[in-house]
Order: sequence, then structure tokens, then C-alpha cells
Amino acid sequence: MQLRHGAFSYLPDLTDDEIALQVRYALDHGWPVSIEHTDDPHPRNIYWEMWGLPLFDLIEPDGVMAEIAACRGAFPRHYVRVLAYDARLGRQTTALSFLVQRPAHEPGFELARTEGAGRAQAYQVKTYAAAAPPGERYAD
Amino acid sequence: MVAVEPEKKADRWDPGVHSYASMGYFDADYEPKETDVLAVFRVTPQPGVDPIEAAAAVAGESSTATWTVVWTDRLTANSHYQAKAYRVEDVPGRPGEYFAYIAYDLDLFEEGSVANLTSSIIGNVFGFKPLSALRLEDMRIPVSYVKTFQGPAHGIVMEREHLNKYGRPLLGATVKPKLGLSARNYGRVIYEACKGGLDFTKDDENINSQPFMRWRDRFLFSMEGVNRAMAETGEVKGHFLNVTAATMEDMYERAEFAKELGSVVVMIDLTVGYTAMQSMANWARRNGVLLHLHRAGHSTFTRQKTHGVSFRVLAKWCRLIGVDHLHAGTVVGKLEGDPATTRGFYDTMREDYVPTNPANGIFFDQHWASMPGVLPVASGGIHAGQMHQLLDLFGDDVILQFGGGTIGHPLGIAAGAEANRVALEAVVKARNEGRDLLREGPDILRVAAGSNRALEAALATWGDVTFDYTSTDAPDAVPTASY
Repeated sequence: MQLRHGAFSYLPDLTDDEIALQVRYALDHGWPVSIEHTDDPHPRNIYWEMWGLPLFDLIEPDGVMAEIAACRGAFPRHYVRVLAYDARLGRQTTALSFLVQRPAHEPGFELARTEGAGRAQAYQVKTYAAAAPPGERYAD
Repeated sequence: MVAVEPEKKADRWDPGVHSYASMGYFDADYEPKETDVLAVFRVTPQPGVDPIEAAAAVAGESSTATWTVVWTDRLTANSHYQAKAYRVEDVPGRPGEYFAYIAYDLDLFEEGSVANLTSSIIGNVFGFKPLSALRLEDMRIPVSYVKTFQGPAHGIVMEREHLNKYGRPLLGATVKPKLGLSARNYGRVIYEACKGGLDFTKDDENINSQPFMRWRDRFLFSMEGVNRAMAETGEVKGHFLNVTAATMEDMYERAEFAKELGSVVVMIDLTVGYTAMQSMANWARRNGVLLHLHRAGHSTFTRQKTHGVSFRVLAKWCRLIGVDHLHAGTVVGKLEGDPATTRGFYDTMREDYVPTNPANGIFFDQHWASMPGVLPVASGGIHAGQMHQLLDLFGDDVILQFGGGTIGHPLGIAAGAEANRVALEAVVKARNEGRDLLREGPDILRVAAGSNRALEAALATWGDVTFDYTSTDAPDAVPTASY
């Protein structure tokens, strides 16, 4: 499967030049950009690991691009995403989020069911990769 | 409030029928207080009725007055409870129509009750004989009254954090045909549409619990489709389960079942009424389930310019009531929607402060005091070929709903959903890259279709479809109000 996550997951993977344009859009709005990675892309897994702190006060995308490259180097088999944060009153949440790296092989998710009374089922989405301990996921 | 002359005061209380203006319901010198509820009506008096008297009558009939003097008014601080028409203006370019501005003291209204607010403001007065037509154009809800309402159960920001989706409009589709599908077939549409790339699917307003598909069966099969699609994509998905029913007890039962099944959202129709809507908004906040409102029936009173209630007023009431989603027009689709007027609706639902803007039909400054925004829904006759226009009109905080434009796709429902999602992401990406959507939009879509067969087929099928008709509800620009 192909993980659908972030604003551009139905488009061909963004090139670094295209990523830099999106980062520039964020910086032009005054949104600090941060980088996060994970080896458990469950749709309810909100807290991916932070690659350092959000990058405040940048003007040019270069610094962000360097950090993306460093994060990819450290975690070549993880999902990596870029987030832009809008701190304005009334907003104070993420303004944009998109993937900048996905593992070569994506096993996807299992849908587990527990059958209950009255034909109702309890559903549970499970990340296949998360069956292995952290560090041993997405080996190939 | 201007002091009334002593001899006039004596006349005022003489038994019999007096003009509303002379009874204090018109006061050109009245300075609205910050805590007053303000309303502006479009008044069309019957031939021969003075517009000032007509405005005063509206103020009177929507507050304390009846047709004749009653001595029991003298047992009250009457002038405090009287609404006051304080300004009457010609409507530009519309002879015989007048904008009447009326102020209501906050004491006239029960805290946190849209039912009470509307019973006053649009109660008896709309059938008042001396008027041939009456329309409530806009209201200013003072912050002191705003703060007595719960507001949206979650609001735009919380919804995005819950769904984990940022930086783009959300996509939905209403299951079609609206009526007749069995539960199994219905769930198939949901599965295909959500798997293909939509965030949501939706029951239509008139899907409740009919002989061809009972509500409980629909809920079970719908959630099967939703959960399968989540596992296929790794994204949170939802189906707007319509819990509209004959009684509150039925609605609560259906909503509770939707929650037990893990649905992120339930839906109600405007036809359930303001009190039921507010009860469901409280339920939605308490239970962590998003609340979608379909504005079924609104055009019976919002569409015509001279009589009824403007949708911008209904949108304000819905934000107070506390729904999370509200249909607000597409401009480019099949249903009524002037661009400037629709902009005014979207601002009213989403912004924390909406300044007076006659060009968009906004008559008053409105402060929402940090009450969360309602996510507008654009639905009805839109397709992937209009994606650049839709993004340009509405920005990111909107749900774009493509029912026919998903399900009618020649390669199937999942392909229809994928076409919409690819088109959306392509135009969002292009906008962020600094490209001019209105000029380059068709090119951007064509290039995206070059590497996506689903979008290519969608553009070939609907690329040229437009709905160009004159809107009935366009703003009549007025000089900027001083209040």
C-alpha cells in the first residue's frame, strides 16, 4: 500500500526543489517549520518523533532542507514529514503537513474485528510494521 | 433614550390605538449600547404606510408591543424593554424597500437560547399586515450574549487536530442515489469513495430510516466501509451518519449507537429545529463526536431578497447553536450563491472578527470572542475541473463535497474520489508554489491529469460543465453603517 498522510500523498513524491517551495510558502507566512519521523504511521499516532525543535525565525528554506537531509540520513527507513505551525491567536495549530520520505516497502495496516452482539463489530486498525519492535521495522 | 415630553407621555398611555413611532418604538437619537442585540430588516411597507412607522411597528411587534395600548405596560420599566428602530434608509436601487435598524436590550433574551432569540426577532412580526414583505438581513450579536452559548462542539482547529489533516480543504461526497439503496450497497459506495481518497462521505438530508434501509443497518454497513478504507489508506475517515428522527429520544439513540461504533461524526438536518440542534450540539461536545448540519429547508426562507431571513443570520445562529459543519454554498455549483454574499457567509462562520462590509452583505461588526469557527461545506453540482476556482474562493478551511462528481465517474467511485483528491492536492501545491490559480488552474489540472488516469477521465467527462444563472440573493450595497 501507499500511506496517505499529509497534504500531498496522492501526488508523485515531491522532489527536494518542490519541498523547498512548500517550505518557502510556510516561512513567508511566518510559520516555523519542524521535522518529525516515525516507524509507526498508524492514523491515530499523533506524536511522531521530533527531529529537534521547530525551526523558528528562518527566512530561507536552506536550513530546513539541511535538517530534512540529516533526518533522512539518520532514519532512512522511516516516514519523515514536514510541519508548518501557525501560532496566530485563534489558530495555534499546524497549518501544513506533508511527507518528505516514505520507506521503500509499505506493508500497511490490518483491520482486526471483534464480533459483538446485534451484528455490531469493534474495529481495530493495526500497523503491520509495528508488530516488530522499534528499530526492526521496515527492514527492507 | 430621549425623555418623552410630559403631555406626550399622557397621550402615550391613552387607551386606544397609537402609532408605534409615537409609543417610543422609533428613536432617531438612540445610541445602541454595546450589549444590545442589533438587527437590520429589509422592510417593504404596504402602499401608503410610512417607512418610519413601519420600522417602528417591526420594533414594537418583535418586542413589547401589541396592537393597542395596555395599561399593564405601566407596571414595567417599559422604555427599557421596548426595541427601538434607530435608523431607516432607502435600499439603493430598490424603490419601496427600506433598511430598518433596530436595537434590542439584552434583557429581552434568555441566555444561551436561539429558540428564544428567534421567537422574539422573527416571531409574529413577519405576518404583520401593514408590511407586504419583511426580511431579516443581518444581526449583531453582542459579545455579552455570544458568551452565553456553547458554540461549535469542536470547531475547525479541534476537528483538524482530531482528523490529523492540515493545509488543504477536506473532501466529501454524498452517497447517491439519495434514496433506495440497500444497506449493503450503501456501504459499498462509502468504502469505494473513502478508499479512493475522500476524507468523508455523507448521508443525504432525507436518509433517515425508511423501509428500504433502516438506520441501524445503515450505520453498521457504513462503519464497515469507513473502517476498511482507514486500513487501506492509513488516514482517518468518517461518514456523516444522519441521526435526524422524529423525536429527541430517537436522535439520542441513533447518535449513541454511532458513537459506540466509533464514528467520528454524526449529522442532523436543519428541519429538526433550533432546540434539537442545540441539544445535539451539547451531546456532540460531551461525547467527542463531530456534528454536521445539513441546512435542509433553508431556501424556503433565505433565498428571496424581500421576505424571510438571510442565510448570514442563520449562519450566525448555527455558530451560536454549536454545530461543527454547515453547508454554505459553492458559488460555482448548481445551487443559489452570489460570490460576494457567499463570502460574507464564510467569513461569518470562520472568522473571529467580521467587520462591516456592505459589499458582502455584512451590516454590522461582529466579534465572536474566540468562539471556534464552523467549517463551511460547499456541496451541490461541483466537480474536479472547478478545483482551482473552489480553492481560490474558499481557501483551506472548507469541506468540498462532490457527490455526482465522485459517484458518476466513468471508471468507478474510487476513481472519482481519486480524481478529486489528485486535483485538490495539485492545486494546493501550485497555490503554495506561488502560481496564479485562476489563470493557470486549467493547465495545472491538465498536467496533474497527465500522470493520473482518474483525473484525466474526470476532466474529459465534466471539464466544461458550469451552472451560470443569475443569483436572487445578491447584496444591495449600502453606505457603511456608523454602527
